[in-house]
Amino acid sequence: MLGPNLIVVYALLYLGLLFAIAYWADRRADQRRSVISHPTVYALSLAVYCTAWTFYGSVGRAAATGVGFLPIYLGPTLIAALWGTLLLKMIRVSKAQRITSIADFIASRYGKSQLLGGIVTVIAVLGVVPYIALQLKAISSSFTILQSYPEVYQIGAADTIPILHDTALHVALVLAAFTILFGTRHLDASERHEGMVAAIAFESIVKLIAFLAVGVFATFYLHDGFADLFDKAEAADLLKNVIVADAGGYGNWVSLTLLAALAVMMLPRQFQVAVVENSAEHHLRRAVWMFPLYLLLINIFVIPIALAGQLAFSGTSVDADTFVLTLPMVNHQGGLSLLAFIGGLSAATGMVIVETIALSTMVCNDLVMPGLLRRWKREPPAADLSVLLLRIRRGAIVVILLLGYLYFRFAGEAYALVSIGLISFTAVAQFAPAMIIGLYWRGGTHSGALAGLLAGFGIWIYTLLLPSFAKSGWLPAGFLEHGPFGIALLRPQELFGLGGMSEITHCLFWSMTFNIGAYLYFSFRREPNVNEATQATVFVDALKHERPFGIGLWRGKAEVNELLALARRFLGADRAGRAFSQFAAKRDIDRIERLPADAETVHFAETLLAGAVGSASARVMVTAEEALGLDEVLNILDEASQIRAYSHQLERKSQQLEAATRELKEANDQLKEIDRVKDDFMSSVTHELRTPLASIRAFSEILFDDPEVELKQRRRFLGIIVSETKRLSRLVNQVLDLAKIESEHADWQSEDVDLGVLIHQAIEATEQLFSERGAQASIDIPQQPCIVTADRDRLMQVLLNLLSNAVKFTPRGEGLVHVRLSEHGPGYRVSVSDNGPGIADADQAHIFEKFHQGSGGANKPVGTGLGLPISRSIVEHLGGRIWVESRPENGATFTFELPRKTET
Amino acid sequence: MPKRVLIVDDEPNIVLSVEFLMKREGYEVSTAGDGQEAMQMLAGTRPDLMILDVMMPRKNGFEVCAEVRADPKLADMPILMLTAKGREAEMNKGLSLGADAYITKPFSTHDLVAKVSELLARQPAGD
Repeated sequence: MLGPNLIVVYALLYLGLLFAIAYWADRRADQRRSVISHPTVYALSLAVYCTAWTFYGSVGRAAATGVGFLPIYLGPTLIAALWGTLLLKMIRVSKAQRITSIADFIASRYGKSQLLGGIVTVIAVLGVVPYIALQLKAISSSFTILQSYPEVYQIGAADTIPILHDTALHVALVLAAFTILFGTRHLDASERHEGMVAAIAFESIVKLIAFLAVGVFATFYLHDGFADLFDKAEAADLLKNVIVADAGGYGNWVSLTLLAALAVMMLPRQFQVAVVENSAEHHLRRAVWMFPLYLLLINIFVIPIALAGQLAFSGTSVDADTFVLTLPMVNHQGGLSLLAFIGGLSAATGMVIVETIALSTMVCNDLVMPGLLRRWKREPPAADLSVLLLRIRRGAIVVILLLGYLYFRFAGEAYALVSIGLISFTAVAQFAPAMIIGLYWRGGTHSGALAGLLAGFGIWIYTLLLPSFAKSGWLPAGFLEHGPFGIALLRPQELFGLGGMSEITHCLFWSMTFNIGAYLYFSFRREPNVNEATQATVFVDALKHERPFGIGLWRGKAEVNELLALARRFLGADRAGRAFSQFAAKRDIDRIERLPADAETVHFAETLLAGAVGSASARVMVTAEEALGLDEVLNILDEASQIRAYSHQLERKSQQLEAATRELKEANDQLKEIDRVKDDFMSSVTHELRTPLASIRAFSEILFDDPEVELKQRRRFLGIIVSETKRLSRLVNQVLDLAKIESEHADWQSEDVDLGVLIHQAIEATEQLFSERGAQASIDIPQQPCIVTADRDRLMQVLLNLLSNAVKFTPRGEGLVHVRLSEHGPGYRVSVSDNGPGIADADQAHIFEKFHQGSGGANKPVGTGLGLPISRSIVEHLGGRIWVESRPENGATFTFELPRKTET
Repeated sequence: MPKRVLIVDDEPNIVLSVEFLMKREGYEVSTAGDGQEAMQMLAGTRPDLMILDVMMPRKNGFEVCAEVRADPKLADMPILMLTAKGREAEMNKGLSLGADAYITKPFSTHDLVAKVSELLARQPAGD
């Protein structure tokens, strides 16, 4: 009647129905006609707290320890009374900060720390994996048991079945697929999943109805009501187990109640439905009484079912954890058995779906994202990251469920359902100090929270996880009995000699002691910094302000367009655009582009992004405070490089300016030098003018004053006057000539000149000078013509000057002047040598300077001191050079070179 | 006994004209063509006055002037600088080196003669 295939079909049909509900609710949400904006839906969704552990495990625990199952429901019932303030505060902070998970919450509270978010995520995943394993175990066990309907067989150990044929693996994979469909079809900025919530609420009804149906069947069908059932139990001596509390005593009651009270808020899935999925704060008001009522209803028949089961299966090995399913089975109630199976499936799938979605969000936002951000700093990411984010989450869902399966397969057998659940409870309870104290006390710091979490989690690993490994045979049993290395004080389950407690109570006591101790100790060690203080105010004063907080202290800079681009990357263009438009409309601004890039806009973008990547990552991206953001960092780099380029320009400009200044200074120095030279020249010219003028005036006055001067003397004086006048004229001409040549204003003829011919002519012209001095001229000139391109008259001027100078300095009557013309390299060389006194080395350097006259001994040479400077100017103008070689007492040789005529 | 005047100049025509003027005034004249020659002559006989050019080869007038003033035997001998260097700075330099008068070329023969006789009259007649 109920073959395996049929069960699978029913199970898949049920999951399909769930998905249809979720899909319908999502569509309604998109049409703004939300089905979940009802307080009852919210309260029912909180009942995701009741898992397969509740559905099957409570009966098992009741059978073993009587009312010992109750603290798990007592804790939430008691804490629900505080929800009006505690949970409200969490919800309000989370809405304001766009917090999407419990990791996000704690990270956000302590300065949006990525490290803290990562640690919380790791603890949550490790702590919750056994809990997921528990659900897988429940589903696969119930499936296996139901297959043999109506026979009830005790199922064998899971590890005897090959993995690929293991029902639990198939369950894990199917659930992974459904979870992906439920939670990650698209990315939502607020991380809210309306469809999922609707489905969860529906499941809560299903599992409650199923459980109540089995309870009614056991109490009123198998027996005649509570009184009859208890009478029969009394008779079978079962009742004293039920009423007497378990061996741990009241201490265990208190600790389990506290543990459950914390877990109902700290479990990732509870945080998801209670805080993240909350659509209106006023829904809380109904949840405060409806959720405890739900817990009461689902617990009413726990003891009756346990008693009925024990009565029915006394003497058999049927596990009390399966009574809810096996009791209808042995009574051949096919429909009820199936309903019980579906109820258990419902409880398990609800938990798995919400838990893995919550965990995958945490893994993506708080574990993978920070790493990606760091990598994107080096290489820019793809334009649209929403697909990548979805892939990360889907991958995380699959990995988490496979981890759950592995735990189930290798460790699950050692524990009953309830124990596995409690291990998870204790792990997530480690979040409580950082969360709850952080909501009421401003002094908590990042390091305090970190130390508390690590200490508490360390104790959890040591006192619960390692012993569970030891019980599974992965660690030597001696580790439990004698402690590590035989140190009794360190026995994991009797730490520091504290015995006489259940392992859960023991672990809770020590972990909370170390957790809270470390949290307070490290928090007191220093004052909260600006980030922590800002967030502390946001969290602690959450109920004092209606307005979202955390706007004021923003000091980064961003452009609206950049923020929009950033949001598009992570949310997709449509969603980002819509969110920005709504935000603009809320601020009465008609277009997105008109939004001011102020703190409020940045805060909005940050919270929007926080939905997609978590608050810590969003803060980093939007404000680039930790130099990890992408666009911002690139922009900053861009700006910096612009500034650098600008400063390079400035530097270059200033170098150019310096160079120009240097050139100007050089030019100025040159000008000054030229000015000085000109000054000197003027001074020299006036000196050279004054001297002949002095003679002329003196003799003129002498002759004028004294007409009696004898004739011979008068003639001599008049001769002097004439020659000095000539000297003056010559000087004036030469000065003008030199000025003309130097100013380049002279008219230069350009003609072919045969140097040999020219030398002959020059010697002819100076014949008289030679004969007066009694000097001889000799020449050495090649036969062939030596043609240069030059101004004939100017070149003649040079030759005449050199010849007359040479004659002037030769010894009277014995003068010898030799003129030589030769080819030399690319031109011709003319040298004029004399046998005069020569020129001292010191004078040779200055001889071509104006008005420098050789100090040729006592005899003042006759000349203006301008002949050689003029000659040099002419030769240089013709492209040649002129120099002198001389050794004192051995005459002097003046030589000039001119380039050969260029062939055209 | 006629006053002795030493004329130092590298321009023969200047020497000739000044010599003529001094002789006409009845002074005994000796001449030198440059500063070095002048110093040699001063080592011999001490003239009553020296007419000194500045721009000369071998040793210029300023150097001569300074040396003369440094020599106690010659220290009080009047020096008249007669030079083509007409700038005020050069004039001041000459006077500060110990010249008693400074006349620039081209000069007025009357001024020169007057200045020479004034300088010669200032000091007591030769010993």
